[in-house]
Amino acid sequence: MEKRYETVIGLEVHVELATKTKIFCGCPAAFGGAPNSHTCPVCTGMPGTLPVLNKKVLEYAVAVGLAANCKIAEYCKFDRKNYFYPDNPQNYQISQLYLPICTDGGVEIETETGKKTIGIHEIHMEEDAGKLIHDEWEDCSLVDYNRSGVPLLEIVSQPDMRSAEEVIAYLEKLRMMIQYLGASDCKLQEGSMRADVNLSVREEGSEGYGTRTEMKNLNSFRAIARAIEAERERQIELLEAGGLVVQETRRWDDGKGESYAMRSKEDAKDYRYFPDPDLPPIVIGKAWLEEMKKAQPEFRPEKIKRYRKEYDIPDYDIEIITASKRMADLFEETVEQCGQPKKVSNWLMGETLRLLKEKGMEPEDIRFSPENLAKLIKMADEKKINSSVAKEVFEAIFDRDEDPEKYVEEKGLKTVNDEGALRKTVEKVIAENPKSVDDYCKGKEKAIGFLVGQTMKEMKGKADPGEINRLLRELLDGIKEQ
Amino acid sequence: MENRLNDEMIEHIGILAKLELSGEERERAKEDMGKMLGYIDKMGELDTSGIEPLSHASGMQNVFREDEATNGDMREDVLRNAPEEKDGMFLVPRTFEG
Repeated sequence: MEKRYETVIGLEVHVELATKTKIFCGCPAAFGGAPNSHTCPVCTGMPGTLPVLNKKVLEYAVAVGLAANCKIAEYCKFDRKNYFYPDNPQNYQISQLYLPICTDGGVEIETETGKKTIGIHEIHMEEDAGKLIHDEWEDCSLVDYNRSGVPLLEIVSQPDMRSAEEVIAYLEKLRMMIQYLGASDCKLQEGSMRADVNLSVREEGSEGYGTRTEMKNLNSFRAIARAIEAERERQIELLEAGGLVVQETRRWDDGKGESYAMRSKEDAKDYRYFPDPDLPPIVIGKAWLEEMKKAQPEFRPEKIKRYRKEYDIPDYDIEIITASKRMADLFEETVEQCGQPKKVSNWLMGETLRLLKEKGMEPEDIRFSPENLAKLIKMADEKKINSSVAKEVFEAIFDRDEDPEKYVEEKGLKTVNDEGALRKTVEKVIAENPKSVDDYCKGKEKAIGFLVGQTMKEMKGKADPGEINRLLRELLDGIKEQ
Repeated sequence: MENRLNDEMIEHIGILAKLELSGEERERAKEDMGKMLGYIDKMGELDTSGIEPLSHASGMQNVFREDEATNGDMREDVLRNAPEEKDGMFLVPRTFEG
């Protein structure tokens, strides 16, 4: 009988924290900037410098730990992980091995097969490394230390996942949780969230674990799913051929759809960890922990409940809006200003999602302000602009956060509310289109649509279609009776 | 005190430290490091049962800084520490990824 295999997966997820500054120095942690423009003697590992912990990093770590149902250490400290590589100017990375800040947690995921808890072994704080650029021409390497010292959380799961589907559900859960906390924007493509997949296979029903490999360079959910499938197949093929899986780190090549073993740095696994003497230990007393617990934001399940009570919008809208913290914030703030939940929801569910998709953006990338969306809704309500102009204005808000009042003023998009002018135009359109008028009078209701269109064209789109319709009917019915 | 450092260990430490040692240097390192270990072993003679391990000597705890940028662009000063510079970056011997 053919053997049946089970895949066992554990994840190491690195998340770049959204602090203003680096973990141990006052350099900006912002992405970009000219090479080495966000560096100082501390984050370039100069002798005699003293790292001092950014309090916000600790607070974010505790917040994520609490959200993931972890135990928060009363006493924790930093350790040095020693290795030699030019992206790491100190020759050690400051991390936490012996006493990490959070341990023994878990998050619930839901897949087609049901609900399940994925255990979290630990969460620890550490610093990111610099960026190495290999210069083929000169046969040398160039180093930019802007990322050196940017704060990271490493979230280590238990080997509790059994499929790519579960892995993705777990990552999405983590991402939403962390975005709700504002602790990181968690973008896989940009590397602010990175996942290394530890995978092994075993015969179904067996208790022990097979030898695992660690897969790196996974930059999208799709790449993660493909890499899991490919690695599972590779390991099963090896075992079926009577071979053995070698414990190694592999690099995924998404273009080729396969992975290869990374050349192991000579004896690099010997990290010789020891407590960092520069950084005094952290003691989190009960009072402080309580304070941090109280500061936890409202998470999605509570938000959904509250929305159902407070806002008269469909459940479907609530699900979509609360799936992103950015979207939910925008919704609440806009409603606060214009008092029209359904209309705000319509703009978010309709045009906003459409533009996000069209531009390949995520809700977290939204840059427009609730003030401008609220203004737009008010202008449309007051019939200062018609719905097609409103869509045009919204694109300007979405792209450049333009003030809709100014934009409409400058572009001359205001609806013409002068009935005399509109009546004149309608009369002109009627005079110029006898065929349609005739059709309408013979009972072809649809002919009016063409006349509305013609009038709108004459008015350069700046008229209220309802008003045009009313005037047309009034005049046409007059003609009909004659 | 016997020397617990064998040639293999010296070789391993050399690799970790990125040092290429000649035969003579290796012998000297073995002897020096052996002495250091012997010195450390002296402390092992003390009775430390019932004493909590100490990781920091200063006795300080909870030393933090606020999340406010205090450093401006000091790239010029920082790059003065580079062995060589190119395009605003530290130029180092070619290093292979992984």
